[in-house]
Amino acid sequence: MQITLKLFATFRNGRFKVAEQELLEGTDVRAVVLSLGLTEEEIGIVMLNGRHGELDSKLAHGDTLSLFPLVGGG
Amino acid sequence: MDKIFRVNMTDLTTKIEEVPAAWAGLGGRSLTSTIVAAEVPPTCHALSAENKLVFAPGLLTGTPAANSGRLSAGAKSPLTGGIKESNAGGTAAQMLAKLGIKALIIEGAPKGDAWYNLAVGVNGVTISEEKELLGKGNFAVIDAVEARLGKKTGVLTIGPAGELKMTAANISVKDPDSKIRSHGRGGLGAVMGSKQIKFISIDGADAPGVKIADPEKFKTAARAFSKAILDHPVSGEGLPTYGTNVLVNILNEAGGLPTRNFTTGQFEAHDKISGETMYDTIVARGGKPKHGCHAGCIIQCSQVYHDKDGKYVTSGFEYETIWGLGADCCIDNLDDIARADNLMDDIGIDSIETAVMFGVAMEAGILNWGDSKEMLRLLTEEIGKGTALGRILGGGAGSVGRTYGVTRVPVVKNQAIPAYDPRSVKGIGITYATSTMGADHTSGYTIATNILNVGGYVDPLKKDGQVELSRNLQIATAAVDSTGMCIFVAFPALDIPECLPALIDMINARFGIALTGDDVTNLGKYVLKTEREFNQKAGLTNVHDRLPDFFKTEPVAPHNAVWDFTDEEIDEFWNF
Ligand code: SF4
Repeated sequence: MQITLKLFATFRNGRFKVAEQELLEGTDVRAVVLSLGLTEEEIGIVMLNGRHGELDSKLAHGDTLSLFPLVGGG
Repeated sequence: MDKIFRVNMTDLTTKIEEVPAAWAGLGGRSLTSTIVAAEVPPTCHALSAENKLVFAPGLLTGTPAANSGRLSAGAKSPLTGGIKESNAGGTAAQMLAKLGIKALIIEGAPKGDAWYNLAVGVNGVTISEEKELLGKGNFAVIDAVEARLGKKTGVLTIGPAGELKMTAANISVKDPDSKIRSHGRGGLGAVMGSKQIKFISIDGADAPGVKIADPEKFKTAARAFSKAILDHPVSGEGLPTYGTNVLVNILNEAGGLPTRNFTTGQFEAHDKISGETMYDTIVARGGKPKHGCHAGCIIQCSQVYHDKDGKYVTSGFEYETIWGLGADCCIDNLDDIARADNLMDDIGIDSIETAVMFGVAMEAGILNWGDSKEMLRLLTEEIGKGTALGRILGGGAGSVGRTYGVTRVPVVKNQAIPAYDPRSVKGIGITYATSTMGADHTSGYTIATNILNVGGYVDPLKKDGQVELSRNLQIATAAVDSTGMCIFVAFPALDIPECLPALIDMINARFGIALTGDDVTNLGKYVLKTEREFNQKAGLTNVHDRLPDFFKTEPVAPHNAVWDFTDEEIDEFWNF
């Protein structure tokens, strides 16, 4: 299956802004995070198709996954 | 001992008063709101002699406590018709606190046409007639005051917008680099203009400084407090690197980035105006990605933005301004937005109110969507010069909506709704609706918990838990706004258990008292209730605690969310 993976803020350093990724059925967010060389602790916000997701969320074909470090403002 | 400095602009007299016992434990917002509620008739015209303009540093301002240098300004707002407190960084708060000035109260209004400046120093306030700087922009005022009185002089000033009493006019505060921070919201610049005061200078010479009752205890608490700020990923790393503008991409992903005057929740060109792009641009052009609005800020969310030639354009370039002129007006040119930010500082007009106003003006057909050149022209030639059109625009989003018959006008209590769509981030909608300030994101920043996973998580698209979340945050914020702390200390305070006790310990050590967490919560509740009572007497009741109808009837993409709280559910907010 294919998903769109978007990275933000410091996660882009040495990586990319957005990429299509070919994944095995049943892959969860955690596996994608680890495959990027990121740790669970570094993840601030997971968004799956514009809604908050979890590290355990299972991905499906056509999903958009966005990963942010803990950042904020107002 | 701290004193109250009182200036009467009707008979041009000044007084130094003892602090009444009831005000001793108050500072910042709790003090400005208490004074306004006690001394200003709620039904008065906000631009009349009966209104009072009050400045108060926070309870911890002037101490070495990190991030404690914010100044509160309060009055009846000419924009909302209700009470207003707006706080800002800059150098003034710490100078006033070190001079032992608990509050500066400016009342009355001159009978003639003459304008004045106030000079505040250790011996009191001097009122002088001002001619030279009338009509000048804020940057020129700061330069001229420094040339007259010295580089270290603190300055509070209004630009042409304040002189013309536009309801979006702000009060500018000189920052440590002689640039500008603003008491932005609610038209306080017009109140200062109505008192015919162009600027207030502050001379810190011979200031006695702030005495700390228990220095050892203070030091320990201050250290724990700073550690909590630096340990939290948002205040320790996120804000210093990307500033507040990192939110463009986050809100865009979440579908809560109000775009094209609040008709959709995502902006196609989001990446061009994002915090990431801004960071790269600042670094490439030799600007400063991190910068503090006052000495002692260890978060440093501010930045200095340069143009292509490496020359200063603006600083304190905030998400709300960039969102407003960017997504909400469909402008994808960060350089033009930066130029507008600088112009708004110079003219002395609130960048949130004005950005949202431009979205309404575009809908009204005054200019085209995305036309940044015309936006810059309207700022300089119309608002800056006070033409008839400029005065309509300078009245803010509500003013343009009324004048041009636009129905999609994002305001609450006539104050523009900022950068988070209340349909897709529902907690902030409760804050907009119920805040005593009119639509104000800072008064109960539910984005922390709705979007940023700080202080837990409450699903932004569901109604559950939002009223309680907003209530708790508004109570806590009212207390924090009384300490002189920047509201961004709320990020560590929500997540790190040592943070809030350290803050309370600092207050206790400063005054030699023994407040508990409950006392602080009660202070927050007292502030909100005092402000609400003033508003009710001014005619702003629960029917004004509502969002505009279009939020109920127009679903916002991509989640097709609508504002679906009933009136009863909103009114539950005040149940405390
Ligand atoms: S974090 Fe930002 S707003 Fe807060 S005190 Fe520092 S520079 Fe000012």
